Amino acid sequence: MTGAEFKTIAANGIWRQNTSIVQILGLCPLLAVTTNAVNGIMLSLATILVMAMSNVAVAALRNLIPHEIRIPVFILIVASLVTVVDMLFNAFLHELYLVLGIFIPLIVTNCIVLARVEAFAAKNPPLQSTFDGIFMGVGMLWTLGLLGALRELIGNGTLFSGIDMVIPGLSPLRLLPEIYPGFLLALLPPGAFILLGCMIAWKNWLDARNAKRRQPKAAPTQSQ
Amino acid sequence: MTTPKPQYSAPQMAVRTAIILLIFMVIFTAMLSGAYLLTKPALEASALEEKMKLVNEVLPASEYDNTLLTDTVTLPPSPEIGQDQPSTIYRARRGSKPVALVLEAVAPDGYAGKIRLIIAIRADGRIAGVRAIAHKETPGLGDYIEPKKDKNKARPWISQFIDMAIAGTAETAWKVKKDGGQLDYYSGATVTPRAVAKAIQKAARFASEQQEKLFADKGATTK
Repeated sequence: MTGAEFKTIAANGIWRQNTSIVQILGLCPLLAVTTNAVNGIMLSLATILVMAMSNVAVAALRNLIPHEIRIPVFILIVASLVTVVDMLFNAFLHELYLVLGIFIPLIVTNCIVLARVEAFAAKNPPLQSTFDGIFMGVGMLWTLGLLGALRELIGNGTLFSGIDMVIPGLSPLRLLPEIYPGFLLALLPPGAFILLGCMIAWKNWLDARNAKRRQPKAAPTQSQ
Repeated sequence: MTTPKPQYSAPQMAVRTAIILLIFMVIFTAMLSGAYLLTKPALEASALEEKMKLVNEVLPASEYDNTLLTDTVTLPPSPEIGQDQPSTIYRARRGSKPVALVLEAVAPDGYAGKIRLIIAIRADGRIAGVRAIAHKETPGLGDYIEPKKDKNKARPWISQFIDMAIAGTAETAWKVKKDGGQLDYYSGATVTPRAVAKAIQKAARFASEQQEKLFADKGATTK
């Protein structure tokens, strides 16, 4: 794998094809989980693991899978892997499982995994596919982390609540004074939609501004 | 796909595809079964450990000396404690003396559905401890019934039930202040504490009424 190729994969995952604010995939876990930054980050970490694994498995088997039945086979592979990861975590990394555990089954419902398998891993070698899985997850990590942070800051005036369950000894930050009455809408799913909309607008605005700056060299629109 | 495509007739193609799908299914099912068998002992052990940890939160382990998790009675569905499914009661004893009953109760009327509670009630009727084990109350609003989410760490909301008993406690003591009772609550979320308080009161009454019968029950000695 060349450096340029690696860079493209990373840039696609983190920004250009960002799962949450460009592809708008996996909204159900996004709305349900990002009530605080810690949850969003944890879900993303679990997704990174599953995406890397399912991408590598599908990429390795891609020449054995007939085109006509690829979707059922992909679903079979992803679902089996997620279940196995879930069971192994529960059995042997129980402490971590208590933190990440509820998020792993949620990933099955996340179409990002299947989308990346279909769009990338089915056409590319295992190494590239692994990186694609990881960087798609990293893209999700910062978006969900940011969304979660915004939601809890606006909703509760805190940041990183629940961190003590992940890293004992750390305590959440309270950024707004104790008397802040809270803003429930931000914690409920509609608030997540509104904030996600704002983030998408922000990203599009940044992209438009950057495109204007290097006007002469028209930015090529690219999709996978 | 990069595989060269040999020419198959339609039936051949269908059979070939079906066989490949079958092979994938067999392989991955085998993988799942393998993982299940591999993790089963560890999972069972940690499920027990989890349960023990919960019980320890509502009843100090120093107060009893039997293996509480195997000293159980299975209750038929009991509306008195909100259970529409058979549930399990754990019995704590010291020597042969009954110490406490640990039971799971359900508050059916939470703000967002059922609230499952684990409650330990001492032989003298006093409540030893209560924990919410599963609920869907609004995050940041109604979830203070969990000590972990409660802002008041020194004296979490749920701890005010400790030592309350059916006998010798006025009916109003079981109500939140808004309803003329004595229980604290956080403004903005009264449905949740109301539901929890009601469920605890009912469970406490159930336990003190049924206590003798429950402790005498042969029950299951092994799980």
